[in-house]
Amino acid sequence: MIDKAQESEGFAKTWLIDRIAFPVIGFAILIGLWAIGGWFLEINPATSSFVKFGLVPTLKAVPGLVESGYVAEHVIASGYRLAIGLFLAILIGVPIGIAIGLSKITEQVTNEPFQLLRMVSPLSWMPIVVFVFPKWDQAIIFLIAVAAIWPVIYATAAGLKKVDPAWFKVSKNLGASFHKMLAQVIFPAIAFDIFTGIRLALGVAWVVLVPAELLGVSSGLGYAIKDARETLAYDHLTAMVVVIGIIGFTLDTIVGVLVKKYSWQKDV
Amino acid sequence: MSRSGVQISVQDLTHRYSSRGPVTFDQVNLESKPGEVLAIIGRSGCGKSTLLHIMAGLLAPTSGSIRLNNIEVKEPSPKWVMMFQAPHLFPWMQVSQNVGIGLKFANFAEDKIRERVEKTIKLVDLEEFAESNVQDLSGGQQQRVALARSLVMEPEMLLLDEPFSALDAFTRASLQKDVRSIAKSMGINLVIVTHSIDEAVLMADRAVIMAGSPGKIKEEIMVELPEERTAQDPEVQKIRGHLMETFRQASTATH
Repeated sequence: MIDKAQESEGFAKTWLIDRIAFPVIGFAILIGLWAIGGWFLEINPATSSFVKFGLVPTLKAVPGLVESGYVAEHVIASGYRLAIGLFLAILIGVPIGIAIGLSKITEQVTNEPFQLLRMVSPLSWMPIVVFVFPKWDQAIIFLIAVAAIWPVIYATAAGLKKVDPAWFKVSKNLGASFHKMLAQVIFPAIAFDIFTGIRLALGVAWVVLVPAELLGVSSGLGYAIKDARETLAYDHLTAMVVVIGIIGFTLDTIVGVLVKKYSWQKDV
Repeated sequence: MSRSGVQISVQDLTHRYSSRGPVTFDQVNLESKPGEVLAIIGRSGCGKSTLLHIMAGLLAPTSGSIRLNNIEVKEPSPKWVMMFQAPHLFPWMQVSQNVGIGLKFANFAEDKIRERVEKTIKLVDLEEFAESNVQDLSGGQQQRVALARSLVMEPEMLLLDEPFSALDAFTRASLQKDVRSIAKSMGINLVIVTHSIDEAVLMADRAVIMAGSPGKIKEEIMVELPEERTAQDPEVQKIRGHLMETFRQASTATH
């Protein structure tokens, strides 16, 4: 018979392998491939001018970029645009998702136009939005919101469809107003789905942010990459790519934790 | 809380789901005295559940009225609460949160909610599970939470729509006994819809048999038995037999 101490030791071991060892191996392979790629650039005379794309030059460049405040300056500019764009997507997307989830007519009226709009690449709005918005910042925020709104809308609507209709009946039976039902029943019931939508939206928004910043603006991570390319500072370019990856990964992990926290289904 | 209950009057109640649809039940008239337990027995499809939903204000009648003393039931209210066949608890909440949700809807102060919830959880014998997630409870315990969620509102009338039909025999028997005694102690009128004659005899003071399509009240029987009743009591057997025979006659007359 396995005692509790053995069981908990086994659990800790599995957790250590699954959550630490495997990801570390994965990252090690990724870094190894990057190092090999850099080495190939170095040994080939035709590509030797791109040697700064390699692992070692990039790692050497990172401390300087961080200490000078260059990274922070561009991260703050991008973070501001991302936060506002995502906030707008959530502010508009969640109520629309709830309306679609609650009303068959709203779903039927919105389905085709929304599917059509959803399939338009957010960046293809760029030439139009630069005319509409007086500032580049506003144009980029709009593009992020347009990209991020669809996962929020459809995840919220899908969450509502999974809600047991009997919960509405029970709430009504206990005298709940619509507002009370929304706050006490609907939001807690679909919080998991909303955060799943936000997680997807964050991924899309982050992907759209960088190319959107390649045009017009003079700050942000996209701009930093463009600037590095134009000044042939390839080590800075790859360092900023690494920064983009690390921030994106961190944000996704944070929202992933929220998704887990708001999941009430025992088997999720 | 110490009350004596309310007089329930159902007058000429008729219902159809749509203007061209069939009549669910026709000209139903019922009276139930303050604090009484009324059982409505009938086969599936006779409209007994619809009648209960109308009594809870969850459906509108086509004509007729329901009054508690002199207040007409027109919409849901914490004064008349329904308990459903399944518990339909909110799975992201603990037992105490589920029990107190109706009081939250009604804007009660937090300390008042805590006080009433504690008292009601004790009443249904779930103190040790107060902080447990409802998904960790058995079916019978979940139905006790649903009962507590209704009782905490201190309703004048509690409507039960076959609430024990999904439970095992032992859990069902204990809940039947507990619900009746709690309702009596709190002065709550109970209206229970069931297709189980045993349940009606063990729980009710008055039983009505509904049959036919559209449904009609065919018979009304007083269940004059002591509070402590078991299925083996000769008196219980006698009334059960009488109800069974009346139910059979009412059913065959309409088929």
